[in-house]
Amino acid sequence: MLRDALAVGAATGAYGLSFGAIATATGLSVPQTATLSAVMFTGASQFALVGVLGAGGAPLAAAATATLLGSRNALYGLRLSALLRVRGPGRLLAAHLVIDESCAMAVARTDRRSARLAFWATGWSVFALWNLATLLGALGAQTLRDPRVFGLDAAAPAAFLALLAPRLRGREAGAVAAAAGVLGLAITPAVPAGVPILAVAAGTVLVGLLGSSRRRSPS
Amino acid sequence: MWLAVLVGATGCYLCKLAGLSVPQRVLDDPRTQRIAALLPIALLAALAATQTFITGQRLVLDPRAAALGVAAAAVLLRAPFLLVVGVAAATAALLRLLA
Repeated sequence: MLRDALAVGAATGAYGLSFGAIATATGLSVPQTATLSAVMFTGASQFALVGVLGAGGAPLAAAATATLLGSRNALYGLRLSALLRVRGPGRLLAAHLVIDESCAMAVARTDRRSARLAFWATGWSVFALWNLATLLGALGAQTLRDPRVFGLDAAAPAAFLALLAPRLRGREAGAVAAAAGVLGLAITPAVPAGVPILAVAAGTVLVGLLGSSRRRSPS
Repeated sequence: MWLAVLVGATGCYLCKLAGLSVPQRVLDDPRTQRIAALLPIALLAALAATQTFITGQRLVLDPRAAALGVAAAAVLLRAPFLLVVGVAAATAALLRLLA
């Protein structure tokens, strides 16, 4: 199990490398990039924050987008709380490690003891390698004079696509993704940078509220 | 930039903590579940689209579009994350070099 945890950590280290490079290429400093990985510590939200800032969005619009993307971690926490049974300071620490990978590894276990071990081992392994890789990527990209020459501005959308792909299961997911992409592009010329993504989020909440009586959510 | 970093990090942490702390029934609501499942899909799709086709506030078609196409092909071929990002960057870099 510890080997699994290390393997998952090493795999996410690869994301960390590209995150560090994209963040500094976008204009964040190395300390800002490193702080994101240490304190925010949830990949998709970090990429989103950098993406909105890079597009010229306001700081609070970027923070709001990151938080909205991070809301799925609340559902992971919900599934984990029964398994982990953590109280007090332990819970504050456990919360920091609630991410896609630690949750997936924990809920895949059949008994509570190994689920708990899988959560902590995966959480710490990803945390260590994610932060190390971020720093390496950030320092590496910082030495580039013009990141566009190396196509780093095209790396960010590819990262979003790669994060999106595993979630595209079922017709509804595909339809939502297509509609969100078109809506985001359509309203961009009319509103300040950063707002299109938040408008898409608002639209999604609306669809979620209205559609729930019509269709049953999967799983 | 620091404002975005710190406010965003706080927001994300509170989401994680909320999941471990609030009573089960609050997050068990089917609408909450549905919205939480759809939000990442919609936001990631909108981010991918705008980061590819927007410069400033204008719609543009430049090497990033070709790069996204190559990235999509890599995703369909089940390439690992770093390779998807790498081929996209290389495609854009190559097209600019040729232009």
